[in-house]
Amino acid sequence: MELQGFGHLLLSGTWMTVQLAVSSLLIGLVIGLIGASAKLSDSRILRGIATGYTTIIRGIPELLLVLTLYFGGSQLIMLVAAWFGHDDYIEVGPFAAGVAALSIAFGAYATEVFRMAMLEIPKGQWESAAAMGMGKIQTFFRIILPQLWRLSIPGLGNLFQVLLKDTALVSVVGLNELMRQAAVGAANTKQPFDFYMAAALLYLGLTLIATVITMMLERWSKPELRGSRA
Amino acid sequence: MSWEWSVIWEYLPRLWQGALLTLELVFFSGLIGIILAVPLALMRASHNWVLRALPFAYIFFFRGTPLLVQIFLIYYGAAQFDVIKDSALWPVLKEPYWCAIIAFSLNTAAYSAELIRGAIQAIPKGEIEVSQALGMSKATMIRRIILPRSFGIVFPAYSNELLLMLKGSALASTITLLDLTGMARTIIARTYTPLEMFFAAGMMYLIIAGVMIGCFRLLERRINRYQYYKLDPSQR
Repeated sequence: MELQGFGHLLLSGTWMTVQLAVSSLLIGLVIGLIGASAKLSDSRILRGIATGYTTIIRGIPELLLVLTLYFGGSQLIMLVAAWFGHDDYIEVGPFAAGVAALSIAFGAYATEVFRMAMLEIPKGQWESAAAMGMGKIQTFFRIILPQLWRLSIPGLGNLFQVLLKDTALVSVVGLNELMRQAAVGAANTKQPFDFYMAAALLYLGLTLIATVITMMLERWSKPELRGSRA
Repeated sequence: MSWEWSVIWEYLPRLWQGALLTLELVFFSGLIGIILAVPLALMRASHNWVLRALPFAYIFFFRGTPLLVQIFLIYYGAAQFDVIKDSALWPVLKEPYWCAIIAFSLNTAAYSAELIRGAIQAIPKGEIEVSQALGMSKATMIRRIILPRSFGIVFPAYSNELLLMLKGSALASTITLLDLTGMARTIIARTYTPLEMFFAAGMMYLIIAGVMIGCFRLLERRINRYQYYKLDPSQR
């Protein structure tokens, strides 16, 4: 495989891919937590909104989401801004549109993971926290959330793998991430196979690192297994 | 800035054309994918470690890299080699339609093979032992017991994989195919109404997914009917 001096381009693209994936992961986790809380809340309206969100987002392609937010994002934001009396032109860049699309998609699946994890925590814990005089929000942050991580790590690890691979879609709207840089190299050297194969191997490396980190987190979250032979 | 419903109505027939291509891609890739996946899964579930190791690299590669890379590797990558360009394969590999089908089939085969392997390994051991005790040969056992049984077990997970493939098929638009997403992008280039068109396309994807989920539910009730079987209350 001869990259003809375009190797650094691929590496800078990889770094952009990592930034994109981690930003989307962080925002997506917050969306997932809010979504799961809404799905399990007593309010019928909140439950309805959360169910609508997960159903719609899980039913439409991520690529369509990226395209919509990139090409329609300015329109959407200007619509909201005009409502607040702000009439300037606002542009949505590829990175912002990509992070928005990927975190919305990740959030929908994370909602389900967190919801299942929350259901696994016995109801008695909510009740005893209430008996100790904790409010609902206090119970959530002090009792539920710390346990939620350990129950969700396997599911979230799988979702992060999907997210990592979906970052390639943002190349379609022109963000200089790994896939796009590979396309630039391919166009300049007329060796598309070498460049896309190099990109594939870099993605493979990234997913491998993500798997190892997930396994480490899983082990770290289960102190009872430490020291035992798996 | 206004929302124009009329544009959606005007271009609905063209979007429908795109949806048909999307369905076609999903159907053929799903079919080829499952044909490839069954032998791969049987190899992965075998006790012979050489047989087990062979499909591993293939599955690892296709599950660990983005579908977009795989499509580009086949569509753009194949053109790099003169051997391929001169061969009989070239008329197939220069068509974006066939490249999309090849990429989707190979991709879904890798994911489905792992699902089927899981199902094969989930068959209760007793059923395998019984078929051995009855004197079945390995081939008969696979044909009569393992495959029908794992089909029932894998069905819910496999229907999920087909839905993921419906969403993945949107990537066909990146190699100039006019599937539902590609059609929406073409219309937008002419009318400049991105929000309306992507909304309409998104709704069509939702409807297709909804119909598919409905069909899978019915099929699931039929295939795994023993799980839904209830005693006639009058006979209790």
